[in-house]
Amino acid sequence: MEVRVVNVRKEFERFPALHDVSLDIKSGELIALLGPSGSGKTTLLRLIAGLERPTKGAIFFGEEDASQKSIQERNVGFVFQHYALFRHMTVADNIGFGLKVRHGAARPPAHEIRRRASELLDLVQLSGLEKRYPAQLSGGQRQRVALARAMAIEPKVLLLDEPFGALDAQVRRELRRWLRDIHDRTGHTTVFVTHDQEEALELADRVVVMSQGRIEQVGSADEIYDTPNSPFVYSFIGESSSLPVKVDNGEVWIADRPIGLSAPHAPPGEAVLCFRPHDVDLLDGCSGCIAGTVAASRRVAGTRRVELEVGGERQRVEIELPVDHPAAQKSRVAFRPRRWKLFPAG
Amino acid sequence: MTTAPAQAGWRFRQPSVIPGFGLTLGFSLAYLTLIILIPLSGLIWRSAALGWTDFWALATDRRTLTALKISFGTAFIAAAVNVVFGSLVAWVLVRYRFPGRRVVDAMVDLPFALPTAVAGIALTTLYAPKGWLGQLLMPLGIKVAYTPLGIVVALVFIGLPFVVRTVQPIMEEIDKEVEEAAATLGASRFQIITRVLLPGLAPAIITGFSLAFARGVGEYGSVIFIAGNLPYKSEIAPLLIVIRLEEYNYPAATAIAAIMLGLSFIMLLVINLVQTWSRKRYG
Repeated sequence: MEVRVVNVRKEFERFPALHDVSLDIKSGELIALLGPSGSGKTTLLRLIAGLERPTKGAIFFGEEDASQKSIQERNVGFVFQHYALFRHMTVADNIGFGLKVRHGAARPPAHEIRRRASELLDLVQLSGLEKRYPAQLSGGQRQRVALARAMAIEPKVLLLDEPFGALDAQVRRELRRWLRDIHDRTGHTTVFVTHDQEEALELADRVVVMSQGRIEQVGSADEIYDTPNSPFVYSFIGESSSLPVKVDNGEVWIADRPIGLSAPHAPPGEAVLCFRPHDVDLLDGCSGCIAGTVAASRRVAGTRRVELEVGGERQRVEIELPVDHPAAQKSRVAFRPRRWKLFPAG
Repeated sequence: MTTAPAQAGWRFRQPSVIPGFGLTLGFSLAYLTLIILIPLSGLIWRSAALGWTDFWALATDRRTLTALKISFGTAFIAAAVNVVFGSLVAWVLVRYRFPGRRVVDAMVDLPFALPTAVAGIALTTLYAPKGWLGQLLMPLGIKVAYTPLGIVVALVFIGLPFVVRTVQPIMEEIDKEVEEAAATLGASRFQIITRVLLPGLAPAIITGFSLAFARGVGEYGSVIFIAGNLPYKSEIAPLLIVIRLEEYNYPAATAIAAIMLGLSFIMLLVINLVQTWSRKRYG
């Protein structure tokens, strides 16, 4: 099912949590909402589910305006960070709950509900645990039961709120691969919230980067990483360094020196230069480069990270050096970013 | 002796970081013996002086039986009423923020603090045929004061805080997400309450019920004012004990007390077992 969020605004007691957000989710897509805490990603997910009502705007499931419908009528599968299983019910009863509460002809007969529950347990690889209670399961198993419970009602959309947030790193990685697998097999339109960029980039078809109640960028992992469209996305996804610069005559300047980058289309004036620390060329001499004094250096796995003080303002930037580079404390290093982007200052 | 019980082979204690298991258990047992066991065994001792036939005759006496039936029956009904409305009060206090919530919260404890005789007299004045509420109920043919119904009213008053105070903390722990999960799965408001919330609250509700019930069975002060105390109609067992005492008929008094004790013990034991079972299932 295709989901369209159209100009949605959400305020909590006059405090805006989402400003005018629009998003198109294609049918069968796996989408990640990524952002720091307070960016509105969970609010957006809860709005799609119907757990919150938008202050303004509408949400469409296909052609239907879902914002006019109650949570019960929306038919969405929602998975919570802390599982939210019914602890007085067995695993099988938990999974069958959504079918059992249906009325009249919509409710399948008991044996059919049982069959469906064990089928879903097979899918989430927990067959044989029908009779257990949630308290007798590990965190990873509980979350899989929660997912099976959400899928039992054959939801139009599957929504997951930090589904792996409460699990340890090992289980997390395992479940991540497994979720992708399930998604590819069942083809549910799926939206999940995470603050873990690795999770988002690895798992999702498209990533929605959010910050302060706004969508910053929507795109595939490659697009988000290679062509970030704001300093926030640059710094939030992967490592990045930034420097205040000036643009004049189609050239980029730091203080009174051109650094050998030409930006013919950038408007003249103050700007911010962003680049990846590992994406730089080291230079020997310095005519048109960024030069700085090494202020600190750290060994990070196979490379060395050095912090340079650049220019009269002693702005600090990080770059990566090969381990055998002779740069030491106080020595000068000159470099030029290989790939970079300019953003207007402010 | 310095040999630890573990070496002696009988280990019923869980290892704990806090020492002093022997001391605390010894103290608890001595304390319980002093406070509960000695007085109660004295009771059984005195009633044993009666001999079986006399005891049986007293126990099956119609006046005794009706008094017991009224005591346990009214306590049961009152506890059941309190379970319904006490849970409702707890729900309102936990879930809603309204002006005066703190005051209402404090009011719940008043039946704990008020001398029960005061409560009895106040209720009697209200529900007497000429009282504020009594004169409104009279034309409807409902007599409250001086009937078993009056006893129930008094016991409801006395027992309310027991249910509210046991259910409230458990309600506060209910995760809102569980309700939201049920709603996204299509459960209506009513289904969420009956299928998700109430089963989770069951152990606490059962505890509240047993406390209110036990309190109701033993209640004396408030009931004797409103009950009217008519033998075979609205006479409660504790009152019958007092009557026997005033007749210097100590064996009869202790016999009735011993029967009450036995019945209460059995009922509380059953309730406890039900609770253990439900805790194990839903815990």
